[in-house]
Amino acid sequence: MRVKVNADKCEGHNRCCALAPEVFDVDDYGTATALNDGVVPPELEEKAKLAVQNCPEYAIEFVKD
Amino acid sequence: MGSNPPVDDWATDYDIFDASYVKDPVPVWNELRDKCPIAHTERWGGSWLPTKYEDLQAFVRMVPALSSKNVLVVSQKREEMEFDPVLAEYGNSAPPITSDPPEHVPMRRMLLPLFSPKATEAHRSFTENLCHQLIDGFIDKGACDGALDYAVHIPAKTIAHVIGVDEDRSDEFVGWIRGLLEEGNTDLEKRNKYNRILRRFFGELVDARKLAPRDDLISHLLAQEINGQPVARKAVVGMCNLLLVAGIDTTWSSIGSALWHFAQHPEHRRRLANEPELFPSAIEEMLRVYAPVTMARLVTEEVQVGDVTFQPGDKVLMNFPAANHDPDAFEDADKVILDREKNRHIAFGIGPHRCAGSNLARMEMDVALRVWFERIPEFELSDPDAVTWAGGQVRGPRHLPFRF
Ligand code: HEM
Ligand code: SF4
Repeated sequence: MRVKVNADKCEGHNRCCALAPEVFDVDDYGTATALNDGVVPPELEEKAKLAVQNCPEYAIEFVKD
Repeated sequence: MGSNPPVDDWATDYDIFDASYVKDPVPVWNELRDKCPIAHTERWGGSWLPTKYEDLQAFVRMVPALSSKNVLVVSQKREEMEFDPVLAEYGNSAPPITSDPPEHVPMRRMLLPLFSPKATEAHRSFTENLCHQLIDGFIDKGACDGALDYAVHIPAKTIAHVIGVDEDRSDEFVGWIRGLLEEGNTDLEKRNKYNRILRRFFGELVDARKLAPRDDLISHLLAQEINGQPVARKAVVGMCNLLLVAGIDTTWSSIGSALWHFAQHPEHRRRLANEPELFPSAIEEMLRVYAPVTMARLVTEEVQVGDVTFQPGDKVLMNFPAANHDPDAFEDADKVILDREKNRHIAFGIGPHRCAGSNLARMEMDVALRVWFERIPEFELSDPDAVTWAGGQVRGPRHLPFRF
């Protein structure tokens, strides 16, 4: 599974990073990026899903490989 | 507030300062959402009140048709402010909350790194010590006012500490902010009075730091450039002013509402005390259900939404609190679910003006509730009728008589 952050939509609520710090990072200006090219190992899939479901800007999506 | 004529029809004549609405606005939102869903009033200069989550998601992005140039519900005539000597000297803007793009972006970017997750974590131990000291002051009495003895001091002293102004003056700051936002929300004379006090305070401080910089937030802001030019002194005064104004009543309200909730719901209180891993999701749920902040937008171009037309000069209220109760966006929207998994609440706003202090506010709430629960896991309201609420644009409890 992979995730992608849409930088145009992201406004830095930092919910993704708080819920799945292994998967997301947020810079000093509040823009999030997916770590590890967005690749989510199976054991982190639940956390990544939580991040998607709690982003108020709908800025994170799952992408099919 | 109490003297306004009572509301018969909320869809055409709502009043966000109505005492019953301030106490419990949820039934009104639910009725309007089913009926309108965008209500209108002529009261307080006239405004529109959306209630649906998807409308709020759309409206925050209609920039600058829905402009942030005026974020207050009750406005003042421009001429009245232009002749004020204090405002002429120190300015009357509060960037970035009162700016639209393109000016908004650089102002906001000056503040964001100062309130990043990492930057705010550095203040955690300050806030933790503060919370313990506050509780030390009343725990032996077995009673306190949760709003006035505890919740209010946490954001007031923390933001004073972050800005680098004297924390011992925090009671004075709270007085100014309440004068400005609570009484001053509808009473323009009060608003002006406290606005002048705040502007002069920060104006003099900014001028002092300009002459003799220190290692603090104000000096840091003064050293910034926008498009190769040093940032304007009035803009720094406005930003400092905004940090104090936006940082106190809001977070005080959120901490207070959470304590008010847990005081009355023993099943939630005990669950949180026994399962501290629920703090993060419980705090988000408190923010959702008791979101304190409603900011306005000024319409600058005609906007058509369904069968409603916003005309230039109209106000539209960013009713984030009502959106958080929309059943189309949240399952069991009016129910408090401490371990709610899917929670895209918008208590901190959304879009370009997302609360720049949200990381700090979340840290303060986290510390305030964890320390409280560690020291006082069992508590209740000693006199529910004595609870009072402030409302309008920032809603939260202002008296919380607790016993424990
Ligand atoms: C629980 C507490 C808080 C809540 C619910 C809250 C809510 C909000 C909301 C809804 C907005 C957006 C306003 C709009 O769209 O017009 C906002 C903006 C802002 N808030 Fe907060 N706030 C809180 C605490 C704080 C704190 C502690 C600070 C202090 C640093 C702060 C600083 C700001 C600033 C600077 C803005 C303007 C951002 C911009 O316009 O780009 N807030 N806040
Ligand atoms: S939760 Fe969404 S908006 Fe917030 S930082 Fe993450 S991706 Fe960006």
